[in-house]
Amino acid sequence: MNGFFAVLGRDLAIARREGGEALLAVIFFILGTVLFPLGVGPDPQLLAAVAAGLIWVMALLATLLALDRLFQADWRDGALELMAISPESLTVIVAAKCLAHWLLTGLPMAVAAPLMALLLNLPPDGWLTLVAALLLGGPALSLIGAVCAALLVGARRGGVLMTLLALPLYIPTLIFGAGAVEAAVGGFDASAHLALLGATTLAAMALCPWAAAAALRHAME
Amino acid sequence: MRWNRGEAILADATATANPSGGFWHRLANPARFQRLAGWLTPWLAAAAVGLFAAGLYFGLYASPIDYQQKDNVRIMYVHVPAAWLAMMSYSTLAIAGFVLLVWRHPLADVAGVAAAPVGAAFTFLALVTGAIWGQPTWGTWWVWDARLTSVLILFFLFLGYIALRNAFDEPERAAKAAAILGLVGAVNLPIIKFSVDWWNTLHQPASVTRLGTPAIDPAMLRPLMLMAGAYMCLFTVLVLVRMRLELTRRRIDALQSARAGAIE
Amino acid sequence: MTDGFFAMGGYAVYVWSSYGVVALVLIGVTLWTVLAFRRAKADLRALEAIAPRRRRRDTKESGHAQS
Repeated sequence: MNGFFAVLGRDLAIARREGGEALLAVIFFILGTVLFPLGVGPDPQLLAAVAAGLIWVMALLATLLALDRLFQADWRDGALELMAISPESLTVIVAAKCLAHWLLTGLPMAVAAPLMALLLNLPPDGWLTLVAALLLGGPALSLIGAVCAALLVGARRGGVLMTLLALPLYIPTLIFGAGAVEAAVGGFDASAHLALLGATTLAAMALCPWAAAAALRHAME
Repeated sequence: MRWNRGEAILADATATANPSGGFWHRLANPARFQRLAGWLTPWLAAAAVGLFAAGLYFGLYASPIDYQQKDNVRIMYVHVPAAWLAMMSYSTLAIAGFVLLVWRHPLADVAGVAAAPVGAAFTFLALVTGAIWGQPTWGTWWVWDARLTSVLILFFLFLGYIALRNAFDEPERAAKAAAILGLVGAVNLPIIKFSVDWWNTLHQPASVTRLGTPAIDPAMLRPLMLMAGAYMCLFTVLVLVRMRLELTRRRIDALQSARAGAIE
Repeated sequence: MTDGFFAMGGYAVYVWSSYGVVALVLIGVTLWTVLAFRRAKADLRALEAIAPRRRRRDTKESGHAQS
């Protein structure tokens, strides 16, 4: 487990040095969400109707944007190869990197979400569920994204492909997450949605680090 | 047909003669595959032409009109088989990916590369003909039900497969990455269909359209099956020719790099 | 009679455009495939003509060169 915390600490330290760059995801999340009322007009009813889905889509896109931070830099400077031959299992290392990624993207977004909800006139009934859903589903986004990033590490035009690969995989998470918030707003029970979100994250935690590690090993052969 | 393990397949494929080999790994020999495919293709092409002719005759002319949709139902004869072939193409991709990763059969990647553009074409046709059929029948070009949404995602999966395959310099890596995408997509599609179904039941769209095919009159079944058969023969012909095309291209690459190597 | 055939009970635009797009795409993909294959075969033949003495293991086995 030493390797896990070592890699986690390393990634976070690198991020601290990068400063704002590391928080790209949450900055995009906030700015993008703010852009929306400017585009469709300030009608509070309209904004309230789309708020749940919109916030989730922005969260997805923001995670996507930050995905190539996960492996690309390490690939380029050879750190990834060192990680692969280290005594610590590559799966564990990937899991640590995913955690670091989530701490820099999913977690800040979940924290910023109530503010976004306010700006988009989402009824306060939904705020708690929104934060819960983002906290439950965010790790899934980072984990699934890690598999895509690992598949594409070092590829030409990786950015476009990442979108093509990751978005279909993100759709279930989006549907359950936005659905949870809408249910809460409508006064219904959101626990089924949240349970599905949780299940997705658990499954992702079990499968994705292993799959991403396998993809990375293929890339480095 | 006997299945052999990966190393045995590779060893046999590179061995000079192995008359006792199983069907699949004897087929892995490119020249042998080219001959088999070359022999099979004209027959399938002839079958495709015949089936299309019969299908079009029955579909456009010698079949009844639907009670509600009148002649518009004829679109079903090109739309439904296209959807079936879209599924069949994707299954080919997914199975090829599985065979590549598990058994490392040399032709698995070739089959995937060959099937992807054909699958994309059929999926495109399914989407477009479906939209054209839907407009006069149900009053809308598109609706976000589970089936249509899954077919749309399927289309993007084909495009993603093709793009992914072309994104790497090392062919081995490209093949493996594409194979993984094929398998992941195969798992993901049912999940998407389930989640969109879920989402639809929650949102209860104003007009819950039944986007299934109409109840099939046996006289309508005939052109449907004829067109389905025609599509399948065409699909097989196209995939076989594209596999031969891919093998030929690889041979050209090998010769050219051998040439370049010899010059040095 | 043929008048009615083309009119398709008023749905002419829809039926014919569907069949039309199917014909276009399927014929297009077939042509693209066949032409690309012919070109590749010609390229290969040209390359092999330049280096006739390259013996391939599978010609020995199959008895004749690939078509």
